[in-house]
Amino acid sequence: MSSEQNISLQEQQFMHKIKAEEKIEPKDWMPEKYRKNLIRQISQHAHSEVIGMQPEGNFLTRAPSLRRKAILLSKIQDEAGHGLYLYSAAETLGITREEMIEALQSGQAKYASIFNYPALTWGDMGAIGWLVDGAAIVNQVSLQRTSYGPYSRGMIRICKEESFHQRQGYDIMLSLVNGTPAQKAMAQDSLNRFYWPALMMFGPHDSESAHSAKSMEWKIKRETNDDLRQKFIDQTASQIEFLGLEHPDKELKWNEERGHYDSGEIDWEEFHNVIAGNGHCNRQRLEHHIKAHEEGAWVREALAAYNAKKQANKAEAA
Amino acid sequence: MSDTIKDATLEYAIRLGDDANVLGHRISEWVSHGPFLEEDIAYANVALDYIGRARMFYGYASELANDGRTEDDFAYMRDDRQYRNLLLMEMPKEDFAYSQVRQLFIDIYYGLLLPELVKSKDDTLAAIAAKAIKETRYHLRRSRDWVLRLGDGTEESHRRTQRAVDSLWGYTHEMFEMDDTERLLVDSGIGVDITKLRDDWHRQVGSILTEATLNVPEDSWTVRGGRIGYHTENLGHLLTEMQFVHRSYPGCQW
Ligand SMILES: [Fe+2]
Ligand SMILES: [Fe+2]
Ligand SMILES: [Fe+2]
Repeated sequence: MSSEQNISLQEQQFMHKIKAEEKIEPKDWMPEKYRKNLIRQISQHAHSEVIGMQPEGNFLTRAPSLRRKAILLSKIQDEAGHGLYLYSAAETLGITREEMIEALQSGQAKYASIFNYPALTWGDMGAIGWLVDGAAIVNQVSLQRTSYGPYSRGMIRICKEESFHQRQGYDIMLSLVNGTPAQKAMAQDSLNRFYWPALMMFGPHDSESAHSAKSMEWKIKRETNDDLRQKFIDQTASQIEFLGLEHPDKELKWNEERGHYDSGEIDWEEFHNVIAGNGHCNRQRLEHHIKAHEEGAWVREALAAYNAKKQANKAEAA
Repeated sequence: MSDTIKDATLEYAIRLGDDANVLGHRISEWVSHGPFLEEDIAYANVALDYIGRARMFYGYASELANDGRTEDDFAYMRDDRQYRNLLLMEMPKEDFAYSQVRQLFIDIYYGLLLPELVKSKDDTLAAIAAKAIKETRYHLRRSRDWVLRLGDGTEESHRRTQRAVDSLWGYTHEMFEMDDTERLLVDSGIGVDITKLRDDWHRQVGSILTEATLNVPEDSWTVRGGRIGYHTENLGHLLTEMQFVHRSYPGCQW
């Protein structure tokens, strides 16, 4: 059998599995582009968890109550854990964490652009948990059915923790709207600044999305950007109403026929502008990551040297 | 409970609460700044334990004070002259070696103090100590491992770790000093006689430092004052940051 025929047979079996909703596992054959596509998506997801620790970490030391500080600490701790699971899931595809971090720091790999927006007030801790984690959950729930086994299992684990993240954010908003006028204004301001960027988290319209078609065929993605975004718009509308805040989308209107909200257009110029590096925090986020990594170099070296010494001692003793 | 004992217990709960609050805050500064992701998780975990402890001690303090002050009033509405934490807790985060050496000193300290506090005649303090013991066991495993690795790692890590030991040593003495308030509580079976922990602490710290190829410093300098609110300049900055939002919106619920 020629190698070409061989590959096409493997590819057939692969597509057969995908169609049958069977998971692809690390040892299974997979098309090179499927592997590359997954590495891109999973590592980007991992980097987002890690970079996402920064805007919230930025408020840990200013949390207005000990209870909130404890909750925020445990949320950020979860996010770091999500980064770890996802790096391990990506490692099953034949890339190391060091290589992924290198790609992040060189700008070759991306992270969610939402984290390029600054966290300015305590209200932003509410808006981030509620809207940013909320949008992430909509996406991640859908990814529980993704075709790659380790990614799918990672998502199932992560989703269990994410609902707590969204609840704590919404709970912060509830305390603010039930508080003083200044607190309520803080909540409105945070909603205004984070609502549209949260919608942008779902990516460009389906018609514009570069990676979508193939990802859908391979069942890496299970629902389109626009469908996921619609879910989020629908669920958020009633939450905003319950908080008694003004909706940032003045064109939002219930469409009886569609059974969904119609909404105003996203400012795509802003979207592309922030991705292109013109967000308030693009530089800061990467520099923060690089600085921590560089300052930690001597620690990692010490750890390696210590372990090597212990290994050598053991070998000598044996 | 007599009024004198009650006042002394309140003061004691505030001291222990301040220790936990200030240290927990310092540790939380590491989150997203660690040398790798696993350490960010560990730091968040340890910070969370200390913030939890602060809440329990302050919660008990507010019960004893019974004057409407909440845990947050203790944390957010007092200035540095009113804070009663040990100076060691407020020292800045500096580098990884510095923070791990500080943590080792403190973990060994609590590893000795908490098993005594568990025997307190005060049920609340005993219960808080019982919960904290388990956490401290984990903390100590981590700080001990790190000091060993850093001390006996590379030349650079050794140098940084020795520097940390030398710069923190002078702040360890006040951990074992008592005033009349604490002596009264020791006599009543409520507080721990920390002067008796000193030798064990030195023995344990000495043996880990030696294993880590580090020198145990001479007792050539001592700074004290945390328990009477005579702090280093570090605490004011820490509180400025910690209390900013809370104080900017007076009387709010969060
Ligand atoms: Fe997450
Ligand atoms: Fe989250
Ligand atoms: Fe813990």
